[in-house]
Amino acid sequence: MKHPGKMVPEVIKSLFKKPATTSYPKEKAMIPKNFRGKIKFDSQACIGCKICMRDCPAKAVQISPTDKEKVFKAKFYLDRCIYCAQCVDSCPRKALKSSSEFELAHYDREKLEEDQE
Amino acid sequence: MAEIKVPMGPQHPALKEPESFNLILEGERIVDAEVKLGYNHRGIEKACESRSYIQSLYLTERVCGICSHTHSTAFIQAVEEIAKVEVPPRGQFIRGIIGELERVHSHLLWLGVAGHEVGFDTLFMYAWRDRELVMDLLALLSGNRVNYGINTVGGVRRDIDSEQTQQALKTLEQLTARTEYYIKVVTEEPTFIGRLLGVGKLSKEDAELYGAVGPTARGSGVSRDTRKDDPYGVYQHIQFNVITDQHADVLGRSIVRVFELLESYKMLKEMFEKLPEGPIAVKVPRKIPAGEAVSRNEAPRGENIHYVRSNGSEIPERVKIRAATLANLPSIRHMLRGGYLADFPIVIAAIDPCFSCTDRAIKVVQGKKSEIMDWGQLREYGINWYKKHRGIDLSRHQ
Ligand code: SF4
Ligand code: SF4
Repeated sequence: MKHPGKMVPEVIKSLFKKPATTSYPKEKAMIPKNFRGKIKFDSQACIGCKICMRDCPAKAVQISPTDKEKVFKAKFYLDRCIYCAQCVDSCPRKALKSSSEFELAHYDREKLEEDQE
Repeated sequence: MAEIKVPMGPQHPALKEPESFNLILEGERIVDAEVKLGYNHRGIEKACESRSYIQSLYLTERVCGICSHTHSTAFIQAVEEIAKVEVPPRGQFIRGIIGELERVHSHLLWLGVAGHEVGFDTLFMYAWRDRELVMDLLALLSGNRVNYGINTVGGVRRDIDSEQTQQALKTLEQLTARTEYYIKVVTEEPTFIGRLLGVGKLSKEDAELYGAVGPTARGSGVSRDTRKDDPYGVYQHIQFNVITDQHADVLGRSIVRVFELLESYKMLKEMFEKLPEGPIAVKVPRKIPAGEAVSRNEAPRGENIHYVRSNGSEIPERVKIRAATLANLPSIRHMLRGGYLADFPIVIAAIDPCFSCTDRAIKVVQGKKSEIMDWGQLREYGINWYKKHRGIDLSRHQ
């Protein structure tokens, strides 16, 4: 019978190492290059085709006309958005972009509706 | 000795998922077990049938948080077969890379859970610490740690550049070193072996009889792997061995999983090195021609089956998902019989269950006539049921 304690050397080594955890939120998390965070809308580029609305799996984006002609505004339901960035891929005008913003938690769902113009 | 019935779940002490088992006990021994499904029905199939193909893709990805890529791959393979679309080789390879990385993360996660279930929490901590390496790699390649969103109809959404390849190869080396260490722990540590040897016995004949899949079957010596039996995507071009083990118990399943990790690293290295040039996706029209297809693939836990039927519109007419856990449940009952109550958590955990993957079908029968409900009616039924039986008003949460 072999002796138990295969983990002991590893445990002793770990005693002298830095902790494997990061101290988030004090230290910011590493954000990869093509991270899919909160979507940003560019009203200059949007032509109001609403393809993004049609492809969004969560019905989380709404494009509607403004007072000005041919200018559109966007409303995002951040509580429903699944951050898949399909709207970014679908938009023919590149009016939508993924940002690296991800700290969006809130106590109140209503506050998670965001208008972008 | 008198038999007693002990209900386990739906809030399960060992699994953070809702599922219920009734154990018939004679003292410490389990005489029989009843598996009760249906606590977490999420209506995913029905939801797919009211969304377009591209929207359903993201929904199937969320069938499971751990093997999310395999579900979206199985679904998209079926759609591509109906639409007669050829995914470009580079797209196939990237899909394969994410698929194998997902297996690595899932097996390391499982190893940690297994350690936790048998009271070996040190193993749990270290396995999960090292799993971070592959999680970071997945984030680097796909953008996010879970639900990679890499698949799209006709290919993949993100390319891999040479810098990412370098980083990946470096991480793979670290992971190989770590895994070799865990192989030592799993095959040599007497406390671990002593706890798992002979627990949850499932002979080769029984594994075949009850239709076990994935590491559960392979741990009983059944060489069954969809990647080998029915090669899809990148697996037609890649060399690998199917790992089996003859222990036919929980230890066997653990050994299969740790050795599969090494096999995955080899495959990943080959895929990164052979990554062909060219486009990563082809354009596919929104409307998929009428037809039907069944697609299978090998998730970390075993074979997934997706069936898709199209009627020529933008929306699938029928989607049916069978995840690996459902295939393994009949063997669970068999494995529990004759075992001890204390082994129950690890026997269940050894199939790497995912119960939210399992709960699929629903049929509401009222009186003698059965009735088919649409999405809206089903929602309303649910809201009313909770109001009446639990006093919870869900109608506000639209
Ligand atoms: S798809 Fe792009 S251009 Fe069209 S409505 Fe949406 S944001 Fe505007
Ligand atoms: S990221 Fe996905 S869920 Fe969110 S608005 Fe865009 S398409 Fe919709």
